[in-house]
Amino acid sequence: MKNYDKLLNDLAPRKFGKTGVIWTISLVVIIIAGLIAYIDQIIKGQVVTNMSDYALWGVYISNFVFFVATSFVSTVTVAVLRLTKNTWRTPIVRIAEIISVAAIIMAGLTIMIDMGRPDRLMNLFIHGRMQSPIIWDVIIIPTFMAISILLLLYPLLPDFALLKKYFKNTKPKLSKWYGKLAMNYSGTDAQKRIHLNSIQIISILIIPAGFMLQTVDAWLFSTLFRVGWDSTNMGAYFISGAAVAGIGALVAVVYVIRRAYHLEEYITDFHFDKLGKFLALACLLYLYFNINEYLIPEFTSKKEEVTHMNLLVSGEYAPLFWFVIVGGLIIPIIALFFKKGRKPLPMFLIGLLVVVGSWWKRYLIVTPTLLHPFLPIQGVPESWHHYFPSVHEWLITFATLAMCLLIITLLVRYVPVVPIQRTADEQEALESNKNTKS
Amino acid sequence: MNNKNSENGGTNRRKFLKLGLMSSVTALAGTSLVSNLTSEETTNTSGEKVRLLTPDGKMVEVDASNINKYPEALVTPAESRKGIPDRKFVMVIDLSKCKNARKCVESCQRGHQLDYNEEFMKIKLIQDNQNTSPYWMPKPCFHCEEPPCVTVCPTGATFKRDDGIVLIDNERCIGCKFCITSCPYSARTFNWEPKAKFENKDVPYSPETQVPAAEGTVMKCDFCPDLLRQGKLPYCAQACPMGVIYFGDKNEDIVTNGEETVRFSELINNRGGYRYLEHLGTKPNVYYLPPVNRQFPLERGFDVDEDIIDRYKDVPYVQELKKQGKI
Repeated sequence: MKNYDKLLNDLAPRKFGKTGVIWTISLVVIIIAGLIAYIDQIIKGQVVTNMSDYALWGVYISNFVFFVATSFVSTVTVAVLRLTKNTWRTPIVRIAEIISVAAIIMAGLTIMIDMGRPDRLMNLFIHGRMQSPIIWDVIIIPTFMAISILLLLYPLLPDFALLKKYFKNTKPKLSKWYGKLAMNYSGTDAQKRIHLNSIQIISILIIPAGFMLQTVDAWLFSTLFRVGWDSTNMGAYFISGAAVAGIGALVAVVYVIRRAYHLEEYITDFHFDKLGKFLALACLLYLYFNINEYLIPEFTSKKEEVTHMNLLVSGEYAPLFWFVIVGGLIIPIIALFFKKGRKPLPMFLIGLLVVVGSWWKRYLIVTPTLLHPFLPIQGVPESWHHYFPSVHEWLITFATLAMCLLIITLLVRYVPVVPIQRTADEQEALESNKNTKS
Repeated sequence: MNNKNSENGGTNRRKFLKLGLMSSVTALAGTSLVSNLTSEETTNTSGEKVRLLTPDGKMVEVDASNINKYPEALVTPAESRKGIPDRKFVMVIDLSKCKNARKCVESCQRGHQLDYNEEFMKIKLIQDNQNTSPYWMPKPCFHCEEPPCVTVCPTGATFKRDDGIVLIDNERCIGCKFCITSCPYSARTFNWEPKAKFENKDVPYSPETQVPAAEGTVMKCDFCPDLLRQGKLPYCAQACPMGVIYFGDKNEDIVTNGEETVRFSELINNRGGYRYLEHLGTKPNVYYLPPVNRQFPLERGFDVDEDIIDRYKDVPYVQELKKQGKI
């Protein structure tokens, strides 16, 4: 047990400091404001939003798509890095799993905010029809959620067992909880074997599940006739975009946790350097699909496509469009090419930029398309020609984002963010390697 | 504004014609379209005659078997999924006759208890390209043969019936709005807020009337199956003073605008009938006759309220007219 002492002291969950408490309270306040706005929306109807018969999907749907995209982070980091045997992933995988769980839970919740009749949710199960892409979503989101939770929980079992012992005398109540969560894991050889096999299976399962989730999300749009959505590029476009959003969020969260918990010893510049290269790769891929998505319609110049492109490139949405392309993709790519750009602080700023860019990117995918249907918008009030979220929509959207951060915060508070057992094993392996060499 | 005056003269005479019971009087043989839409067995003339009073006070004599026994009977959501037997409804809109009188819109709004901005029938001002002249285009729901809205509905709240009509069951609709985004013709509307008229439970709800509507659900043009069951034309076709809208049955190959009854196939063949956005493969059941040999100059359509004209201000042609001070 001795070699665990330092690790446990460093990595065991501990109480928040003053900043942590203020942070949590502010999140709760934002959530309460959003809840009040949502209750008001239920009472007054969706008329409190700025949506109309034309722009009938707004920030709720784009926010939903953002959460779905961010939940992809566990697929790209945990599963893909595991299969490619990239051992540098160890200290950051758990954070990725936490983000993924929080994001997919929020995706499931936010989609309901947009429903005109949330009281009839059960109709999806009573009268569900397999032809509808919405039903595909209803199937894949809970599936992905379940696999994500398992992917977070299974590798945690040995750590929970360790924490049970660690807190036995100081905090008996907490220790009891960890004991229950550890599900009698004691590290016998048989347990270790089953444990390893299970993790292996889950981390393979999360790959097709993640790809299906992103693809179904893309198909929600590409199965429709609308210009800007009716594109065969959508599936790959969404998957690569999800990798960008996910890794961007991971970088930002890792930086904050590293600072708050003083984990500089475990999450080093080396890890940021690797993450930076990974993010650059994702951004380049996404840029490639963006070029496909925008350049070809511009080239063929079909009438409707030109209307759509003009709206984005030089019209109402131009400032956002260029912010997303330049700020959210090109600047990060250039910065990440330099070694200095992959140091922790610049990486944090790039991560934030990428996440904000990813959020607005979803907004640009969802809303402008609806404003130029095949038949011109005529004979309706002037306000139906445009869309920008109302105060209600912003309050509710910020509340969902805050709720996602709160889930992450709570998990970070009670779960060791860097796997203790795994780190110990790796250190041991390193030691024995040294011994055998010398 | 001054349209209100002309409202009476033109339409009443036609209403009389549209009364299903009058069908036996019209000359063409195939007019059983407007008779007895609900009867499932073939009509045998019983020989027994019944005298009836039409709305404008004329006495007519019709065969007793032509009378629909329960025209106003409630069609429940479950029953409304079946459709009217042996019918295949179709609409033909003659663009050469439309002058934006908006009677179809107003009549539809009255019939479906819609508010000012809620329109199932919309009138667009379309200019296909710079060199062609613009025209008024009344646009209902196209009741497609391959309706994308029905495919994407997650709960089957919107459905396609055997008689070709696409309806919505607002007791099943969850308000996801996916059908609205799927419709390439923007035919669907959403009830964004609770309204007093939704609470009116005097009439039990039927998808065939869409009354009372419900908050948070989708609505659209329904081809008025409740009127069809009574042997009447839809509100829009009844109300049009120009006879723009022909409605009928593809199976019988007959359409009528209330004034003249013609063969559907002949009408669309001889007049170059087409369907809007044919290339999408949705196979609409609404056909258009091209705006050739116009009966009215386009400007006649601007004889409407100021705020209605204002709705077309984005059309280059309208901007041009405004510059010239014509409107």
